[in-house]
Amino acid sequence: MSSTYSIKDSLVTSPIREERNFLNIDPTLFIALLLLCSIGLAVLYSATSGEIAAITRQSIRFGLGLAALLFLAQIPAKELARWSPWLYLLGIALLLVVMAIGYSGKGAQRWIDLGIVRFQPSELLKIFLPMMVAWYFSEKSMPPTIMQIFIALLMIAIPVGLVLIQPDLGTALLIAFGGICVIFLAGITWRLLAVFGGIAIAAMPVFWFYLHDYQRQRILTMLNPESDPLGTGYHIIQSKIAIGSGGVYGKGWLNGTQSQLDFIPERSTDFIFAVFSEEFGFLGVVLLLCVYGFIVMRGLAIAVRAQDTYSRLLAGSLSLSFFAYFLVNIGMVSGLLPVVGVPLPLISYGGTSAVTILAAFGILMSIHSQRKFLSY
Amino acid sequence: MASRDFLKNPKLEERYFRARVYVAAFLVFCCIFVLGARLFHLQIISNEHYTTLSQDNRVRVVPIAPSRGLIFDRNLKLLADNKSSYQLEITPVQVDDLQQVVKQLGEYIQLEEHHLKKFFEDVKRKQSFESIPLKLNLNEIEVAKFSVNRHRFPGVEITARANRFYPFSGLNTHALGYVGRINAEEAQKLDKQMYSGTTHVGKVGVEKFYEDVLHGEVGYQHIEINAQGRKLRVLEKVPPTPGVDLILSIDARLQKIAQDSLGERNGSVVAMDPATGEVLVFVSSPTFDPNLFVNGISSKQYSLLRNDDDRPLFNRALRGQYPPGSTIKPMMALAGLHYGAIWAGETIYAGPFYKLPGHKRKYRDWKKGGHGKVDMYKAITQSCDVYFYTLATELGIDKISEFLVQFNLGSRTELDTWGEAKGLIPSVQWKKAVYGLPWYPGETVITGIGQGYMLTTPLQLATATSALAMRGQGIRPRFLRSTRMQDQSEEIASAMAMPYIYVENDLYWDQVISAMVDVAHKPNGTAFRIFKDAKYKIAGKTGTAQVFGLAEDEEYEEENISEKLRDHGLFIAFAPVDDPKIAIAVIVENGGGGSKSAAPVARIVMDHYLLSKEELVETYGAKVSSGNEFGGKPPASLASALVHQ
Repeated sequence: MSSTYSIKDSLVTSPIREERNFLNIDPTLFIALLLLCSIGLAVLYSATSGEIAAITRQSIRFGLGLAALLFLAQIPAKELARWSPWLYLLGIALLLVVMAIGYSGKGAQRWIDLGIVRFQPSELLKIFLPMMVAWYFSEKSMPPTIMQIFIALLMIAIPVGLVLIQPDLGTALLIAFGGICVIFLAGITWRLLAVFGGIAIAAMPVFWFYLHDYQRQRILTMLNPESDPLGTGYHIIQSKIAIGSGGVYGKGWLNGTQSQLDFIPERSTDFIFAVFSEEFGFLGVVLLLCVYGFIVMRGLAIAVRAQDTYSRLLAGSLSLSFFAYFLVNIGMVSGLLPVVGVPLPLISYGGTSAVTILAAFGILMSIHSQRKFLSY
Repeated sequence: MASRDFLKNPKLEERYFRARVYVAAFLVFCCIFVLGARLFHLQIISNEHYTTLSQDNRVRVVPIAPSRGLIFDRNLKLLADNKSSYQLEITPVQVDDLQQVVKQLGEYIQLEEHHLKKFFEDVKRKQSFESIPLKLNLNEIEVAKFSVNRHRFPGVEITARANRFYPFSGLNTHALGYVGRINAEEAQKLDKQMYSGTTHVGKVGVEKFYEDVLHGEVGYQHIEINAQGRKLRVLEKVPPTPGVDLILSIDARLQKIAQDSLGERNGSVVAMDPATGEVLVFVSSPTFDPNLFVNGISSKQYSLLRNDDDRPLFNRALRGQYPPGSTIKPMMALAGLHYGAIWAGETIYAGPFYKLPGHKRKYRDWKKGGHGKVDMYKAITQSCDVYFYTLATELGIDKISEFLVQFNLGSRTELDTWGEAKGLIPSVQWKKAVYGLPWYPGETVITGIGQGYMLTTPLQLATATSALAMRGQGIRPRFLRSTRMQDQSEEIASAMAMPYIYVENDLYWDQVISAMVDVAHKPNGTAFRIFKDAKYKIAGKTGTAQVFGLAEDEEYEEENISEKLRDHGLFIAFAPVDDPKIAIAVIVENGGGGSKSAAPVARIVMDHYLLSKEELVETYGAKVSSGNEFGGKPPASLASALVHQ
């Protein structure tokens, strides 16, 4: 049933296009990312009521992120594959450091203070974990066996468990998602997928048991925000009011009453989408979803055209992770999903997330620049 | 299968991978579509709903209470004022440390334990952006002390609040009524929006009757607030429309004179202008200070008033129902003339008592020996009981009640106030309906002299007297003279005529009135002693209402009967006879006969209304009647009558 590998096959299915991009940059993806960053700064300006210091800090982060993007775009995927296990181990080590000495913010230990900047090692795992799992699968033939899947799941479980302890449910879920995407893309059979899905659903009550009170509360609140309008439901109610009152055209930049009068909590970070949709309306929302959708589709296209298994799996997983970020954030802000602390990619104020996302796209661009026309 | 572990198949792997990516892309597309649909729902379909919520969020509507209309007397003396009092208020959200600030305020303003207790209770109960009073009724020194140091206390303010104040204290209470704090029951009935900023409402009297006009219209301030409830700016302001000022027909000066003339005695004086229906005097004595009720009376004070034997809370003018006694006789005579039962000059023999044919019971005359031959004139002048026993029997109860009802006796006069009593004119049907008993002829007999079931209020008697003075064309009594809007434009209240009282011959009016003139001006008149030196011509009638039922053969001796059981003295009158300007009804409870208790009060009130200043000085002496002061001391000629009650 197995067929032999042949160069001919590979050549036939590969689009042969001679194109070389400046600094290995994919211009369309890069422009889309820059557009997103610009929207992010504009919304942040409004959300912070014109606080220049915050804009400056965020711009510096974007600068760092773009630098990381450019740097990673120059590194061939093969190199990355080689580093993968070490980076994964580094990530785990950092998570352990956080447990030991981490800076506690908002009831959870997530940050490491480096003096000038604080950063969240858990963000790094969003890249390191898919790299690790993709590296693991890259040498195996597809579809993966059950044993391989178990090993991959263990790789996922270690960092996810460490992040859950912090506790940071949202990030843990997103990290897990990044790893699971790799397993999915690696060609897990539908039958196995169904089995694991079934186990996951069966495990939910157990999972519920281990949730922190505030996390349970958030899930209950999502189901019925009006049950506690001044307590935990307040965030959702106010953000829905902000979004809903935006209408088709929005109230205009800097003119969102919900945003400017402090009704939206966390309005420069997790709930910045509410500010955006209040001020730019449904038209703005559609535009934003198009940009996000375009980026994801572009990332998936890069994955499809990637030259080897490692690149394919990594590119696909990073693209889908990016999708998961905005899906979860917008879903939560608009009341479809429970409130978990997930930022809106490239728009929410916050350093580590912006840098890691741009870095991830650096990897995608590197993969893109070594697509099939360079095939051996 | 083993080969799978060692050999990779790029083409197959790529196929697997592609399939997975397509599935993923499809799911991504679906999810984005779901997000888009969710946002479409929120922003387009539910936009209106959320826009409203967003407005509610940021805009707080703060009502501004209108200032209540003022009430004046006919000479524009202020009867009900809005007096501003200063209070210290704190807006908690603007203060960092409440305890500390309150402590510091204590240096300038005397704060007691109960102030602090109430304040911190309110702080818990109300929202943090609402300003909460710490101390009410600051004195001027406190206001000055705070004002100097105001900059030290952000979030602390002195605000002025208008409080109803009745400068004449109890003098006009039974006419004006008073306002009080809105209670739970009233809050249910009142227009929630209109009264959203209002704390007080008219409880009784004119204050209640004209509540709608006095109240005015509420104003609004739309204030933009942030999530912490801090006021940011005023977006819109709709100023309140102040209530309309009322100018009443009552005359505070006359009120005072009437009140003083009654002195310590319980009773009532109602006087009106017969030509217009304007009520000039509306006194019920004793009275009470309405200011006590404005901000809530203490239960101790209230029980004192309620348990007072003299019943100061009881509005005798409006709700006191008394047998009219002999004051009904002019109306009875008119009925007799109208129905042809008598003619004015026709005489009958009036002995010491009257007996119904075939009955043994004697109906006594007040005069032991009887009046002898009396015609209608003499019967009224001397208040001959036997004449009216005879007349009543001849007319029968049906005709009597049918005729008397036209004088607005036994029904409400529709004075513009609340809680008027109806009084009672008995009839055969009434007795049947209430007691289930037939009407007895003896009851008709005593109805002839205003005793028995018949009950009238002082207001009704004054109204009936007015109708008599106007020879049948009475005007309904009314407190309201005019209303004055904010722009000073006045609107005169219109008079309401009573149904015309028809009598067969207009001459009958003159005949009855001339008999009433004799009451005051003929030496044999029952009130001659009081009116002999009057400077104008009056028509009057004395009356005595029995409180204590005497057995058939018992003699009424004032000295032997405790004060509470003594007869009520009544007097009705109008003057000047040829051009009636004032009609009056006076009741002095337990005052004995009307001629010596009630008539002097009527005289003093009418004198002060009708006479010029010079004439008053002449009658009452210079000292007491100078100018506008309320110095209604009785004239020397009346002193004895007033003192020996």
